[in-house]
Amino acid sequence: MAQPLLEVKDLKVHFETEDGIVQAVDGISYSVGRGHALGIVGESGSGKSVSSMTVMGLTRSSNARISGSIMFDGKDLLAAGEDEMRAVRGGEIAMIFQDPLSSLHPFYKIGDQLVEAHRSHNDVSKARARDRAIEMLGLVGIPDPRKRIDGYPHEFSGGMRQRVMIAMALINDPKLLIADEPTTALDVTVQAQILELIQKLQHELDTAVVMITHDLGVVAEVAEEIAVMYAGRIVEYGSSDTIFSAPEHPYTWGLLKSIPRLDTPRDQELVPIFGRPPSLINKPSGCSFHPRCPYVREAHKKVDPVLEPSGSADTVHKVACLLPSETRRSLWAALRAGETPEAAIEEVPIPEKTLSPSAEGQTGGEVPGP
Amino acid sequence: MSATAGEPLVEVRDLEMHFPIRSGLLSRQVGAVRAVDGVTFDVLRGETLGIVGESGCGKSTTARLITRLLDPTGGSINWEGRDIAGLGRKELKPLRREMQMIFQDPYSSLNPRKTVGTIIGEPFVIHGVETDERKRKGLVQDLMEQVGLNPEHYNRLPHQFSGGQRQRIGVARAIALKPKLIVADEPVSALDVSIQAQILNLLKDLQRDLGLTVIFIAHDLSVVRHTCDRVAVMYLGKIVELASSEELYAHPRHPYTGALLSAVPVPDPRLARNKNRQVLGGDVPSPANPPSACRFHTRCPKFVAGTCDVDYPELSPKDGGNVAACHFPLTDEEIARRVPTAAA
Repeated sequence: MAQPLLEVKDLKVHFETEDGIVQAVDGISYSVGRGHALGIVGESGSGKSVSSMTVMGLTRSSNARISGSIMFDGKDLLAAGEDEMRAVRGGEIAMIFQDPLSSLHPFYKIGDQLVEAHRSHNDVSKARARDRAIEMLGLVGIPDPRKRIDGYPHEFSGGMRQRVMIAMALINDPKLLIADEPTTALDVTVQAQILELIQKLQHELDTAVVMITHDLGVVAEVAEEIAVMYAGRIVEYGSSDTIFSAPEHPYTWGLLKSIPRLDTPRDQELVPIFGRPPSLINKPSGCSFHPRCPYVREAHKKVDPVLEPSGSADTVHKVACLLPSETRRSLWAALRAGETPEAAIEEVPIPEKTLSPSAEGQTGGEVPGP
Repeated sequence: MSATAGEPLVEVRDLEMHFPIRSGLLSRQVGAVRAVDGVTFDVLRGETLGIVGESGCGKSTTARLITRLLDPTGGSINWEGRDIAGLGRKELKPLRREMQMIFQDPYSSLNPRKTVGTIIGEPFVIHGVETDERKRKGLVQDLMEQVGLNPEHYNRLPHQFSGGQRQRIGVARAIALKPKLIVADEPVSALDVSIQAQILNLLKDLQRDLGLTVIFIAHDLSVVRHTCDRVAVMYLGKIVELASSEELYAHPRHPYTGALLSAVPVPDPRLARNKNRQVLGGDVPSPANPPSACRFHTRCPKFVAGTCDVDYPELSPKDGGNVAACHFPLTDEEIARRVPTAAA
């Protein structure tokens, strides 16, 4: 297969703080091909945003310890200097954030901000840059772009501002668009508009997309492959069909069973994941999900699971779980049939000693093959 | 719980809240933001009534009017048969202990300088229910136990708790005086996915155990479907559809409800690929200058010129039992095409 556009290998981002070392990202690997869409799902504090900010070179600070490699289109971004990174940021890789109001400068007309974004990467005249800005505003669906280009951010609604942000992100034809919770602040009808726009642009401009979100519905609509993050690691990786129909990690099950959804019976009980996400300074020993996992065994508190192929029909599917794979599949079958974790445990015997095959290796996150 | 379930606890009639827009030297009123513009509904004892809609539709203002945190500019609110819309501060005080609110943001709705014990115990002090400090501590610790907090954490400050635990503190404070009505304004939208379900289940259990009536305000339609018995959909200060949860989600009759349901992302890639998502164009118009007649006509896929922009549609019963304000309600065939999650 061709070289992926973005290849992150064993990335670790640790921050030194007064309270100790925060292991925000702790050895993750993933890759995104040209024109493809990857979803990264996780709760707050799972490291999903820090890992993407690191791709953009936005986490470089004196207390940050970054290791691993980030290969983008043949360049190692971790080794790149600040000048090189400035050329990449907003040029080949663009990013849109959750809150479009705080990402736009309130003092300048949106046209000026778009023109500046284009001219800082391209040697073109102001007039040409302005034409390009009008073209982009039209492309993202802003009505009457010739007039609206001279508006200030406060004159736009939330959805329109997010469109302006997308226009700015795409004005330099990036190869990769990182969208960090792009629709979280928006109403559901506007969210639908923005998701449709991102998908349309992905297909028309062949831009690769990394969509970071906590909303499983959003990734189901946009992403082809999904990485589920927990406590700085990828705990499950697979095609979006696999993640939703045959997930094998207890955390993924927990997420899927704890959200109310429109396509299940109304009276179906929500099964919350008990406890709360761990501190990234003092991570639990062994599997970091073990304090919240209903299927935990003594051995899981000591052995750190490795992300490894699940052996299912989906060749990219990988799981970091110490349960033997047949046990995982029987448990999910029971949960899927509507049973509670307690009932599932009674039905499926969970072996105390047997661990998943390569549990002896202790190397943190693994590479989901390109 | 003396009165029978199913009787109205609150009857809201033609409720209005027009916020004045003032301008000029003498700050004369030049217009009004019609945040809530003639809303009529009942809240039945023991039920959970959901109010959904996009930001700016007036759902939070409606909640604040019912709990009388705002003074309505028109209409009436009958609380157990008595109109409370015009009551003053003093007359309202005894009512305040019967209706309590839970807010969206568990960070800004708790005083950071007060201990959890003081925060949860404050309603007892304000209403002079338990002035003895030691007895009050006992009551507060019982409440903490009831909402799933460790009673030993009585002397902790809010910042020592996580978001989900803080929301539990807010819930404990709200149920302290055994109110009849709880108004929960987006109680889970600031919480992580895995924590949301904990709080939703807690609210459900408390409602069952305490016989509470709940008004549940949210923008997340999946959460509302799961939590509420009946649902009112609001658009630009008006109720456009009101139905039981089963009926509303199985056959939405108002095109706006249909569009909302169609827009909800479904956590199922196969369903997502096959659905004909109906994307509404444009934005919600300004409530200072709402469109004439049916307020949804500027964005409606079924707009008919000469009717929708001329005649105001009143709320009336439609097929399947929903009450909707629409001249051309969605047919079953349209629903099947646009809302794949609706039960066929």
